[in-house]
Amino acid sequence: MEKRILTARFGKIDPLSIDDYIKNGGYEALEAAVKMESDTIIDEIETAKLRGRGGAAFPTFIKLKALVGEKEKTRYIVCNADEGEPGNFKDRHLMENDPHQMIEGMIISAYTTKAKKGYIYIRGEYDHSIAVVREALAQAREKGYLGKNILGAGFDFDIEIRSGAGAYVCGEEFALIESIEGKSGRSRPKPPFPTTAGVFMKPTMLNNVETFANIPHILEMGGKAYAKIGTESSKGTKLISLSGNIANRGVFEVPFGVSVKDAIAKLGRGVADGRKLKMVQLSGASGPILPPEKIDVPIDFDHDIGAGAIIVMDERTDVVDILLRHAEFFEHESCGKCTPCREGNLHLVRLLRKVQAGSATADDLRVMENLADVMINVSLCGLGQSAPIPLATALDGFGDQIRDRLAQTETKENA
Amino acid sequence: MVELKINNQTVQAEEGKTILEVARENNIDIPTLCHYPDLHIHSECRVCVVEDNWGNLVTACSTTVRDGMEVKTNAPRVLESRRVVTELMLANHDTNCTMCEKNLQCELQRLASNLGIQENRFGSVWEKKEIDDHNPSVVRNPNRCVKCGRCIEVCKEVQGINVIDYMNRSHETSVEPTYGRYLSFEDCTFCGQCSSVCPVAAITEKDETDKVWEVLHDEKKHVIVQVAPAVRVSLGEEMGQEPGSIVTEQMVAALKKLGFDRVFDTDFTADLTIIEEGHELIERVKEGNALPMMTSCCPGWISYVEQNYPDLIDNLSTCKSPQQMFGALAKTYYAEKEGINPEDLFVVSMMPCTAKKFEAAREEMSVIGDDPDVDVVLTTRELGRMIRQMGIEFDRLDKTPFDNPFGITTGAAAIFGATGGVMEAALRTVSEVVNEKPLEKLDFETVRGMNGIKEAEIELGGNKVKVAVAHTLSQARKVAEDVRKGKSEYAFIEVMACPGGCIGGGGQPYGTTNATREERIRSTYQVDSEMEFRKSHENPAIDQLYKEYLEKPLGHRSHKLLHTHYIKRN
Repeated sequence: MEKRILTARFGKIDPLSIDDYIKNGGYEALEAAVKMESDTIIDEIETAKLRGRGGAAFPTFIKLKALVGEKEKTRYIVCNADEGEPGNFKDRHLMENDPHQMIEGMIISAYTTKAKKGYIYIRGEYDHSIAVVREALAQAREKGYLGKNILGAGFDFDIEIRSGAGAYVCGEEFALIESIEGKSGRSRPKPPFPTTAGVFMKPTMLNNVETFANIPHILEMGGKAYAKIGTESSKGTKLISLSGNIANRGVFEVPFGVSVKDAIAKLGRGVADGRKLKMVQLSGASGPILPPEKIDVPIDFDHDIGAGAIIVMDERTDVVDILLRHAEFFEHESCGKCTPCREGNLHLVRLLRKVQAGSATADDLRVMENLADVMINVSLCGLGQSAPIPLATALDGFGDQIRDRLAQTETKENA
Repeated sequence: MVELKINNQTVQAEEGKTILEVARENNIDIPTLCHYPDLHIHSECRVCVVEDNWGNLVTACSTTVRDGMEVKTNAPRVLESRRVVTELMLANHDTNCTMCEKNLQCELQRLASNLGIQENRFGSVWEKKEIDDHNPSVVRNPNRCVKCGRCIEVCKEVQGINVIDYMNRSHETSVEPTYGRYLSFEDCTFCGQCSSVCPVAAITEKDETDKVWEVLHDEKKHVIVQVAPAVRVSLGEEMGQEPGSIVTEQMVAALKKLGFDRVFDTDFTADLTIIEEGHELIERVKEGNALPMMTSCCPGWISYVEQNYPDLIDNLSTCKSPQQMFGALAKTYYAEKEGINPEDLFVVSMMPCTAKKFEAAREEMSVIGDDPDVDVVLTTRELGRMIRQMGIEFDRLDKTPFDNPFGITTGAAAIFGATGGVMEAALRTVSEVVNEKPLEKLDFETVRGMNGIKEAEIELGGNKVKVAVAHTLSQARKVAEDVRKGKSEYAFIEVMACPGGCIGGGGQPYGTTNATREERIRSTYQVDSEMEFRKSHENPAIDQLYKEYLEKPLGHRSHKLLHTHYIKRN
């Protein structure tokens, strides 16, 4: 069931040794890339149908093309290693077990787009990841994979590590870019997109760790061979983070198309301690909450897999408790820039507290549903747009359980 | 050109324009709140959402039009979203609207009214926060703030100061100086641009109309008022007329109706400023001393230099501003002449400016005892408020001229209100005094208009002299940096803190944009062109004042009454 491409070297190499990486095929893709035309590299990535692994699933080749087509020559390659979405921990594994493939992917992107500077924005709490990546960068620099005239191919590129102070919103691309610029993490309206005006308003290609890590493998096996893995909409493999009330938690690499149900049953070895499954949340705290009958869906970009989190909750979990917990998280993490997210999350918390306390009315529920809809459709960035997703989906899958918690008195007033 | 449909109406539009721009060009209004002409688009409030043909709700302010686009500005889903967004703002707002300075002038209130909001589905989460009224000029009331960011933008981008910014996050987000300190502890110049763009009453001028009502009804007080050049081309707008309406004589009539004993013109002391400052310039050029000389009429600019460029204090003209020259002369010359005890004389100013309140409160601005020379400064907006409170029908007022002795003025003084005006007035006088022959052309067109930095060159006694004009403090920073580095090639620099000069001041009517500034500027030069005298040194009343009282420019009395000094701050 597993297919190990990005995780193939995990445990076999010392992540702190670039020589180990090189001995196991590392930087061969880069050696090959610098002998290729930029267009050819982009074609391979297009043929591979590589899409962004951070959750938005945007075709990577379009970003590369956009950057190449920009008049502005100062360009940036940015790796989003903020991994703040609760339930996701696969980027951490990638960085801590095999950091160079991400770096190699970035260098190939830089060669392709003629960018001279890159940033890896690593989540502030990931002390160990930061240390490993810092060492990997130093070794890459020493070997001449970073710096001036890389591999004698006449291009310069270097990478700097940045990290934030723990704000969840800094995983959002524009908030992350603002944070790199030294400002507080608050998103910007789009367009212009980062490929036109990103870091310091210059063209910027921003991708998730896993997306960059895929690039060397695509060049190695060729776009066509890569595109044979996975499903029609989703090519290649996906790293999934299995967590919650499950027997075997951890990061697994599977080809797209494996079902969530199978992943839980086989890789996760089912619900822990023989308990009954209550619900599964995909993608992370901002993802859909599904009842057991809805989890026989493929892991692919058409089924809200996000960055690949699968959170399993057993019969002891209360759906309202979970919704409130998530709502409180988003209320705390909203950057406060746009109205629906800044004010809306607070009201979701207040209303959910009423549901939890048994004092909410059917009116409250309608207000909550309506507010969730407006937040999803009107918020400025992904945070506000997805914060109410658990609620909206839970109302669908667990509507009766939530309605059972409403106050029983409300219709009696006029009686 | 692209073709799109807005509410099923086919319209042609220039590529790159936003849905909002195109809609408004076609007489379809889309409500906005954080959006403000001339400022960047931040799309924060999300009020201006419209539906596109893909079923997405997009913000009209930031989304550019595309060929084949179909936009619905009033679909039920759109209206419902706007309502929810507006109710959310109102739920975290002091909604005691009837007890608010902005009542009936508030953009949030208008929005709620237009959306037909009659009840808020969301319970109030508003918590009372401290109001900062610890300075003479502006009041910051966070209880009214909707976090639209306009004030931040104007302070950061237009003025380049950035004393206020977002603090905290989520629903605790606030707009305030660093760590919530008072504005008076920050590098605030009190220019008040923030107050003029605020859609609600989160930053307003400090209202002092009550103080004026009180003295107007105090039998013992002789209450006089001076009116700045820029107010006559903006008060009309405050009273509902077209931008740029010239209402000089109706304004005088209104002030008389309010009960002022005498209504004087700050233009008179603007002329006096030109005489004093002109001679100061001539002397400095002659001695090569502390050049370039920089104007000192603008209190926002003065604070800016005192805070950021204390090393350039010597470059500032020592002349008081026209407002303060008036105050000093009123409490001395005028009081003596009229036989009034200065303690019973109350001087009010009508200014386009919030920083003038701060200026009047400066310790140095007191020639008799400890009393301020100018007792109260009101902005154009406060004057409008008094006229409305009195129930005066402004459009029906008879035309009334200013009183004397401070009523005879020139076109040179009238243009003080526009950026470049002080420079032009000074050039008219300095050139004729030095060259001892009349100018062939009075209009120095290169120093006029909305360009950030403008230059001119004139011949003085056989030498070519370069001068420059800057407006907005971000432009001022550029010229000041050059002076600091010794790179400035100018002999004389005029700086006004506000965009467009005083006609675009922080105390001017709400809704001031660069377009309305242009209108006021046009009217300003129209006033000038229609004046009998157009050069300050030809003002016969100024001549009389020197003969009767001041003796000569830069003389002993001038020094005592009309000149001042500056203090390094922070």
